[in-house]
Amino acid sequence: MSADQVSRGALSLDNVVKIYDPDGASVMAVDHCSLQVEAGEICMIVGPSGCGKTSLLNAIAGFHEIDGGSIRLDGQPLCGPARRQAPIGPDRVVVFQNGALFPWKSNLENIAFGPVAQGWLSRAEARERARVMMAEAGLAGYEDEYPGQVSSGLRRRVEIVRALINDPAVLLLDEPYRALDALTKSVLHEALLEIYYKTRKTIFFITHDLEEAIFLGHRVVVMTARPCRPKRIFEIDIPHPRDYSVLTSKRFREIAAEVAEAVNEEALKSFVRGEKEG
Amino acid sequence: MTANDARPSLNRLAETLSSLAEAFRCPALYLAVLGYALMLGFWYLTVQVLKLPRFAQMPALTDVLKEWFSRDPAYGVSIFTRIYYQHILVSLRRIGIAFALATSLGVPVGLMLGWSKTFRDYVFPLFEMLRPIPILAWVPLAIIMLPGDELPVVYLTFLASFFATALNTMLGVRSIDPSYALAAQCLGASRWRIFAEVIVPGALPFIFTGLQISIGVAWFSLVAAEMISGQFGLGYLINTSYTTVQYPTLVIAMFTLGIIGFSTSALVRRVGEALMTWRTRQLAMDGRG
Amino acid sequence: MSSEVSLSVAGHERRSSRVNLRRKLFAVSTRRAAISILLALLLWQLGASGPGWLGARIPIIGAAPSPVAVAEAWSHLVADPHYWRSWYLSLFRVLFGFASATLVGVPFGLLLAVNPTFRRISYPVFELLRPIPPLAWVPASIIFWPTQELSIAFVIFIGAFYTIVINVLGGAEAIDIRLIQAARSMGASRGNIFWRLILPGVAPSIRVGMEVAIGITWEVVVAAEMISSGSGGAGGGLGFFIWNSYIGGSYPNIVVGMISIGIAGYASSAAVRLAATRLTPWQRS
Repeated sequence: MSADQVSRGALSLDNVVKIYDPDGASVMAVDHCSLQVEAGEICMIVGPSGCGKTSLLNAIAGFHEIDGGSIRLDGQPLCGPARRQAPIGPDRVVVFQNGALFPWKSNLENIAFGPVAQGWLSRAEARERARVMMAEAGLAGYEDEYPGQVSSGLRRRVEIVRALINDPAVLLLDEPYRALDALTKSVLHEALLEIYYKTRKTIFFITHDLEEAIFLGHRVVVMTARPCRPKRIFEIDIPHPRDYSVLTSKRFREIAAEVAEAVNEEALKSFVRGEKEG
Repeated sequence: MTANDARPSLNRLAETLSSLAEAFRCPALYLAVLGYALMLGFWYLTVQVLKLPRFAQMPALTDVLKEWFSRDPAYGVSIFTRIYYQHILVSLRRIGIAFALATSLGVPVGLMLGWSKTFRDYVFPLFEMLRPIPILAWVPLAIIMLPGDELPVVYLTFLASFFATALNTMLGVRSIDPSYALAAQCLGASRWRIFAEVIVPGALPFIFTGLQISIGVAWFSLVAAEMISGQFGLGYLINTSYTTVQYPTLVIAMFTLGIIGFSTSALVRRVGEALMTWRTRQLAMDGRG
Repeated sequence: MSSEVSLSVAGHERRSSRVNLRRKLFAVSTRRAAISILLALLLWQLGASGPGWLGARIPIIGAAPSPVAVAEAWSHLVADPHYWRSWYLSLFRVLFGFASATLVGVPFGLLLAVNPTFRRISYPVFELLRPIPPLAWVPASIIFWPTQELSIAFVIFIGAFYTIVINVLGGAEAIDIRLIQAARSMGASRGNIFWRLILPGVAPSIRVGMEVAIGITWEVVVAAEMISSGSGGAGGGLGFFIWNSYIGGSYPNIVVGMISIGIAGYASSAAVRLAATRLTPWQRS
């Protein structure tokens, strides 16, 4: 692994503000949020439902504009006062909560979509490369099946490979495992870590699941209830590479207790207000 | 014949019915048969047995059946006469042309209406102003404006079908999960590619639902148009058999219309299923197929 | 992302610029709409008055009455009581047919959904007769019913009835079975489940069915009026008005009739939508 690979994907969020305006009433979703994500880091974002963390991800991805502050990627400005909305692009690919694999394309065609769309591989070449990547990810045999025919766990893995084939600087994951059962999740966690160890991509991962956050992340950022900003940042000093035995280790339990306390405080605020999830 | 003798043939009957039931995917075929029998029985009773005064003018079931399947029908229309099929073919031809035109125009217009705000801003107001006008209200204008006898009929059918297709297509485009388009953008797709590889396939299920509605609407308009003006065709047949008091033929025409209409709908649905195998498989996996 | 909770956060309310932005957006859409409508009217006028400025008649559009002629005809008709009587007759038929179709169709659809035996007997017959367009029933209806009004009403009924039943059925099937199971586990009786669970659950589909059915009703009313007027009946109504204008050669009146029906149809749809929204206050359209 060359040094270049590790030095891509540093995100710098600087006093980001996001305000929504449904039916005329302004709602601030993100309140002067500042955060630095290092290149090659797995950064887990945790917070109560509806606190605005997806808004952050959307802003980074370029799905909507920000109303204040700026975001940079590897020093280059993505969006800021001069340009409110970041361009959407393959350097920051999103893996969606409910999955966005194209149901009308086979798994292989889904994965091959990116390089063909961007024009740096021909269709045949892209399919070949997709085949190789699927094999590496342990998905061999499912190339010609449609997303609707395979399990949701498998779909998520295909979607991650679909993102990775584009060699993005940052992988943006928006609660991708939210709808999956615990058993599938644990398999997917280990699969994700395997991929990470091979590619060292910067991962910006939003989740509700505290164990998931602590297990996967280098750092866990606990967000406040809406409007969100970082409340506390925990350094997870459990060494990588990690496997599932980590879950029962003493250090894990200690960290989990601290993080839970921080999150519950915010979750209670959110609950009392009766806020709807994002 | 004793009860014991009757049993094997009853068993065979039951087996035939249940395998038919599987073929038609109708869990209780015997009940469906019962339903038809009740309807026909009601008809037979009221007209031929009880001879109720209200039903005095209705053609008898046996008369209709005799007429439909006779080699030499009294009013000249049965499954053995050429003219029966001529009427059917004329109606089918008109539906074919009108539906094909409506689809080839309606789907692109609908896609554009759904996809491009500019297009929608300019075109949708006109579209929505013309749509509430019932198709038949166009008849006199169509006769005045379009030359010949055939063209007004086809135009009216086309118009009804076009509105239904375009509207449903537009709604289909706007119902697509926005995540797909966003994902495609993340993956670097140009606007055109998103349209061709995400929007169009994504809207296809809605488009086909719209097409099924559209063909129904087309038949509706066609029959009406044929009844009012036109030569040949099932609607024309209905009208003339009514005015010339050939009531058995009237009923034959109505039932034929029902069967043909159903078949064309089923055809559209089949084509849709063939084009979207990914969806059939997905629905099957969900236990619904 | 939905932020449906309108929570004004202290110190950060941004009112005016956002609302203004929305107003501006509206302005663009309405401007474009106005442009395209005006353009269409202009083309229509030019096309219809071809002989005047082109010297020759433009095919198809040239035969149509021009917008100016239509406007003129309309200004005369507004004072004519027969014109308004046509409105009244058509509206009455629409209302009557629609109401009866709803009153019969909703219970019928619910019964189909709730009682499997009834459904297995009736549904095949229902499906068999469904592809027959309502208008194909007109002659049979005229033969059967004693008065012309009843025969028209019957045809209208058939048109709307099918739509409503299909929608009710679809809505009943879509009710989440878990809601029913939850109710049962809480000890609800069958009656309770029906009135408090199924009926409200079906309400949105009834609403959709009604909205579609009103459109079909207008189609059938106009068609039925035109057809029965063709066979010598003096049924009246806007459909009859159009046909009569055609026979009598007053072509601009045809277009007036068409537009009138369009307006009446649009207004009835809006009325139905409004009434139906009361049925389902929990659902924003």
